[in-house]
Amino acid sequence: MSHPPSSPLLELQNISLSFKGVKAITDLSFAVAPGEICALIGPNGAGKSSLLNIINGVYRPQSGLIRFDRVEQRSMRPHAAAELGIARTFQNIALFKGMSVLDNVLTGRNLKRRSSWIEQALRVGRAAGEDDRQRAAAERVIEFLRIQPWRDAIVGRLPYGLQKRVELARALAAEPRLLLLDEPMAGMNAEEKAEMSRFIVEVNREYGTTVVLIEHDIGVVMGISDHVVVLDYGRKIGDGPPGEVRRDPEVIAAYLGTRH
Amino acid sequence: MLYQEAGQFSTRYADDRRLFRLRQDRLGLALLLAFAFGAVPFLGNDYWFSAILIPFLVLSLAGLGLNLLTGYAGQLSLGSAAFMAVGAFAAYNFELRVAGLPLLASFLLGGVVAALVALLFGLPSLRIKGFYLIVSTLAAQFFVQWALTKFSWFSNDNPSGVITAPKLEILGADFGSPAGRYLLTLGVVAALFWLGHNLVRSELGRNWMAVRDMDTAAAVIGIPLLKTKLLAFALSGFFLGIAGALWAFTYLGTVEPHGFDLNRSFQVLFIVIIGGLGSILGNFLGAAFIVLFPLLLSNLAGLLPAGLIDAGQLENLQKIVFGALIIAFLIKEPEGLARLWRRLRERARLWPLRY
Repeated sequence: MSHPPSSPLLELQNISLSFKGVKAITDLSFAVAPGEICALIGPNGAGKSSLLNIINGVYRPQSGLIRFDRVEQRSMRPHAAAELGIARTFQNIALFKGMSVLDNVLTGRNLKRRSSWIEQALRVGRAAGEDDRQRAAAERVIEFLRIQPWRDAIVGRLPYGLQKRVELARALAAEPRLLLLDEPMAGMNAEEKAEMSRFIVEVNREYGTTVVLIEHDIGVVMGISDHVVVLDYGRKIGDGPPGEVRRDPEVIAAYLGTRH
Repeated sequence: MLYQEAGQFSTRYADDRRLFRLRQDRLGLALLLAFAFGAVPFLGNDYWFSAILIPFLVLSLAGLGLNLLTGYAGQLSLGSAAFMAVGAFAAYNFELRVAGLPLLASFLLGGVVAALVALLFGLPSLRIKGFYLIVSTLAAQFFVQWALTKFSWFSNDNPSGVITAPKLEILGADFGSPAGRYLLTLGVVAALFWLGHNLVRSELGRNWMAVRDMDTAAAVIGIPLLKTKLLAFALSGFFLGIAGALWAFTYLGTVEPHGFDLNRSFQVLFIVIIGGLGSILGNFLGAAFIVLFPLLLSNLAGLLPAGLIDAGQLENLQKIVFGALIIAFLIKEPEGLARLWRRLRERARLWPLRY
């Protein structure tokens, strides 16, 4: 691995975010080591999704620093984050509903294009050979996630569980270094959850992709993650390996309440 | 069974990239083109060329221009006629002021100027969406018409702002006859439709649809919103500009700025809505509907006993029926005639079975 264990892939330092005076995240710091699966957990409204939105530049925090691959920034921009190799999926599926599965996956590769739109429109120059390479890369992802039968289906007409998988495919098509998953298993049954967990672990193992995910199912979180960060009311109340975090009295209190 | 795709396998990605994947479709298109280029010029009469076929082709092209912007990239526009006007007047001025400029080059330059103007009026699209964007494109509509009327330089100081088509000549061949003008229009329109079809299936076309369907997600996966939207405006302007130049040169012969008023913009919008947003074929279907339907209505009215409806009433009646049909369409088939065609094709594939 290119990074020594001492240098995290992603590091957030003293991040604070508020919306018109309402504090969503307060003075939060944590680090994600390269190659790990890091889970963000916490009750609803704890600021988990906001945190992902900060990491890939949809929100800009009022204070704090983000360090990705040792480059320090006050905040990200979505396009810059994509170019650095940060891909994500959304809590409410954000696919391009009018397009086919294949086209959705291909959009994920838009940053890998080198030929210009003029070459593509006139079908000259680098366009044709590149089309083949992009298609082949998209097909590899489609095969990896086993969505070949729906390749030409319009995404908006697919069932929910499949749409979640297509969204993961679109993110993977970009060959990201950091994959942000916002509740990838929300609304799934046990079988679908098991399948999705397996995909996430496989992505992590086969491609060495670092994963940060938000998940409410504690069983899944404890099962697949190397590192758990617990948020409550925009503050970090736990950070460590899953076994340690689940014994932390403060985490138990936030989840189960305290005895008075 | 009529329309059987069994046994036609794509074994290379290049097969999937073809204009049409099915042999029947390719054969159909080749026959259609051969008929349109080879047979129609001999079969048609001057009325058909001048009053039906040429406006149909030009309006199809205008529909394609707007469809790229609205149907594919999801940006609403009411400025289509303005960009057509820019194309027409720019082509006219290039032809007038640059000695020896080939006709096709002046069309191309007209399209480029229209693209630049469309790009300028597309700039607000980075900040505003939907209804509010319509206002910005409406500004283009009024501004262009005003500028073309106000500054007589554009119409070479013609007192009523009218421009007249130059001699339609390409490489010494004269395209001035109705059949010639038809062939010239058909050639330009066919070439641009090929280009348009390629565009919407390319990376840029996918980016347009991504911006249309969900622009935040598009930004997050690295699609440059600014460039994508502006290219949609520019390319839409390019197609509309050439459509405008054809409208002036091969259809009407003489045209004034008033010929490209808001009504024309609405006409192009109706073509796109009736034909089908986000469809290439839909532009032809919508344009055919817009051109043929009024003719059909007046012919039907001719069958009624004389004196029952006078000419003035007939014209109003046409508008009423037309408006009612558009509303009916939007309710019954919001995806347009292209969707009906797709469904028909699915049926033909399975026939005589139902499923």
